[in-house]
Amino acid sequence: MRFSDIKDHLSRFRVGIAGAGGLGSNCAVALARCGIGTLVISDFDIIEPANLNRQYYFINQVGMLKSVALKENIARINPDTTVIAHTEKLNESNIPEIFDGCDVVVEAFDLDEMKEILTGVVQTRMQGIPLIIGSGLAGWGNNNSIRYRKIDDTLYLCGDESTSTDSDGPAMAPRVGIVANMQANTVIEILMQKIV
Amino acid sequence: MKISLNNREEEFEQENLSISRMLELKKLTFRLRIIKVNGVLVPKEKYDTTIINDGDNVQVIYLMSGG
Repeated sequence: MRFSDIKDHLSRFRVGIAGAGGLGSNCAVALARCGIGTLVISDFDIIEPANLNRQYYFINQVGMLKSVALKENIARINPDTTVIAHTEKLNESNIPEIFDGCDVVVEAFDLDEMKEILTGVVQTRMQGIPLIIGSGLAGWGNNNSIRYRKIDDTLYLCGDESTSTDSDGPAMAPRVGIVANMQANTVIEILMQKIV
Repeated sequence: MKISLNNREEEFEQENLSISRMLELKKLTFRLRIIKVNGVLVPKEKYDTTIINDGDNVQVIYLMSGG
C-alpha cells in the first residue's frame, strides 16, 4: 500500500485526544503527519516553560492554551488535518459530548485520577469506541519495559505499567515520546482495519 | 477455580471470590486501577460484591501518573 492511499483512508476518521501535554501533543502530531481527517483535542491548561522538556510546543507559545497552540502547530505540519480544540476541563458529564463521533479516543492525561475517570466514562458511556491508555513512562532508559497490551477490542494500553511521575522521576521527552507514538501507532492499526 | 488473570492462568482453592478478595490474595494492592471481568468494566464501588467464577477473564490495569 502506498502512503497516499493510507492517507486517503485515514482522512475519513476522527480521533479524540484527551489532554494535550506530553502524550497528547506528540500523539496528535504523529497522527496529523499520517493524515487523520479530524483531531478533537481537549486541554484546559496553558503552556509553561517546564512543559518544553517533552511537549510539542515552542518557546514563543509559553502562556498560550495548549489545545489552541497545538492546533496552530498542526496547521503548520499538515493543514489537511482539521483540529477541533476544546479548552474546557474534562469531567464525567462532558466527556461523551466532546468526543461524540470519534472513531477512537486516546487517553493522554498526566494525573492518574483523570485517567481513571476518562476510562470509566468511555468504557461505559461510549461503548464500542476503542480507548488507548498511556500508563507508565517516568524517568529514562529501560526501553524494553515499555510495551503495548491489547485488553480487548475496546481497550488498549501503552507504557510500562509500573513507573509513576509521583515516585520514579520526571516525565521526559524520550520515554513520553515512545509511549505517545505507540498510542498513535495503535490508532493507525485500529483505523487501517476499518473498512469504509 | 481457574481464571485468566491478565492473560495468565491462575488457580485458586476457592470456588469463587469477590474481586476485593482476589486482589488481596494476588497482592494487587496498587490504588489506581481499572478492572474488567469478561470484557465489562467493574466500578470500584462493586469490587466487594462482584464475584469472580471459574473460567472468568479478569484484566487488572494499573494507571500510573505521567503524561
